[in-house]
Amino acid sequence: MNPLLNALLVVVLALNLFALGTSRLVTVIKIVSLQGVLLGLMPFLIEGHLGWRLLLASGGTILLKGGIIPFMMIRAMRDVQIKREMEPLIGFLPSMLLGALATGFALLFSKSLPLASAHTTPLLVPASLATIFVGFILLTTRAKAITQVMGYLVLENGIYIFGMLLMGAMPLVVELGVLLDLFVAVFVICIIINHINQAFSSLDTRRLVALKE
Amino acid sequence: MINLLVHFVLMLAMPPLLLGVINKTKALFAGRKGLPLLQNYYDLIKLARKDVVISQTTTWIFVAAPVISLTGIVMAGLLVPLGPFQSPISFTGDLILFAYLLAVGRFFTTAAALDTGSPFEGMGAAREVTFACLSEPVLFFALLVLAKMSGTLILGDLLHAPLTVGIQGAAASLVLVAIGMFIVLLAENSRIPVDDPNTHLELTMIHEAMVLDHSGPLLGLILYGASVKLFVLSAVLLHILFPFQSGYALLDWSLFMVEMLGVAVAIGVVESIMARLQMRHVPYLLIAAILFCAFGFVLLVR
Repeated sequence: MNPLLNALLVVVLALNLFALGTSRLVTVIKIVSLQGVLLGLMPFLIEGHLGWRLLLASGGTILLKGGIIPFMMIRAMRDVQIKREMEPLIGFLPSMLLGALATGFALLFSKSLPLASAHTTPLLVPASLATIFVGFILLTTRAKAITQVMGYLVLENGIYIFGMLLMGAMPLVVELGVLLDLFVAVFVICIIINHINQAFSSLDTRRLVALKE
Repeated sequence: MINLLVHFVLMLAMPPLLLGVINKTKALFAGRKGLPLLQNYYDLIKLARKDVVISQTTTWIFVAAPVISLTGIVMAGLLVPLGPFQSPISFTGDLILFAYLLAVGRFFTTAAALDTGSPFEGMGAAREVTFACLSEPVLFFALLVLAKMSGTLILGDLLHAPLTVGIQGAAASLVLVAIGMFIVLLAENSRIPVDDPNTHLELTMIHEAMVLDHSGPLLGLILYGASVKLFVLSAVLLHILFPFQSGYALLDWSLFMVEMLGVAVAIGVVESIMARLQMRHVPYLLIAAILFCAFGFVLLVR
């Protein structure tokens, strides 16, 4: 469809790998917020014209994913005073390779999906599958609650990319509703992070098994 | 004919200026005034006038290495077209020669480092070769993508592929290749995320550790060779980043020079805003670069 759209999607995929490879939480947060901004730009490339509906949807995405949520995460990180993910279940290099493998498989797999002809040339489907998988890896292999939130956001970004396929058909209310859900979820998680930190003086979610009635 | 002459003059005269621009950018970021833009030329002239001190333990390799590596790099520069113009030398399969002319330079620099018998230089040589193992596949994957796009194995035509074939359908691959090649540019020229060109006598450095025993004109040759390498690899990167052509020779040459300085400024910005990676994390960066370029290839052939 649009070569620029594919280029943007490929940058999103590259950011995925960088998010898997770094141990600094600030870097992960910055990467995910940059990803959010790129996602916000995509509707313009797909629709190709400006309209108030488009402006509202993508402006909301950019503001929320690129601005408010990263700001909240960075503040939560300052409050609990941790900077790095120290002991992931799978190391940084192996998880990066796993993410790369997933991206490769997504590229090959999406070839064999029975997609509508308009959806085969852009990389939307493989990029979305790969991003969802990278979100899973971040979510399941990292021990700190903040990184798990970032994994959740990457996962949501993947779903958002998939939603691009329905760009023309989806009502604005649905899009805004999804964004609001996301905002509330992150808001709640930030509060939970603070509680975990107070209860265990650490953000390691593996300690939650020690909870008893 | 004129274009050939300009190619020679630019390739031989411009490289130290690029280093000057990088240093100036870093100085601006740090709020300093910085060295004069032409400082590297003065340094080279100063080094050329000095005497050479040669250790008694070294053999002829120590003296020959700077000359051979500079020759290799300049030869590689002759295979690369600058901007939209033709390269002076080109034949089928010269992309392999290009990669290994750069490797010959590296081989002799490391051989000379081992020749001094200093454990510090040996360490630098080991690191240089280790990281080169990882940056070579990136270069080859990048060339593979361009070869697939253009359908030729001539380095000159292949680098012009984004210009002649057009970026439609391959934009995604080209973005990936550009990221990979920029990482290689930083790694091969020992710029900041990989190595710090300003540190001497520090245990984590790579390239500088190998040339500690060289002095006078020999050191000058090494420094000059390093800057020519920066020029050549930037020229390769520019083909992927800015495939534009105006048709007027004069305009194209000045555009090329501006783009070149732009790459230098970009490197300066990266060096100012990033800290050097820990030594054990450098392979991660290079492996990421390999993965990007490999994906670029997968995207193109799938």
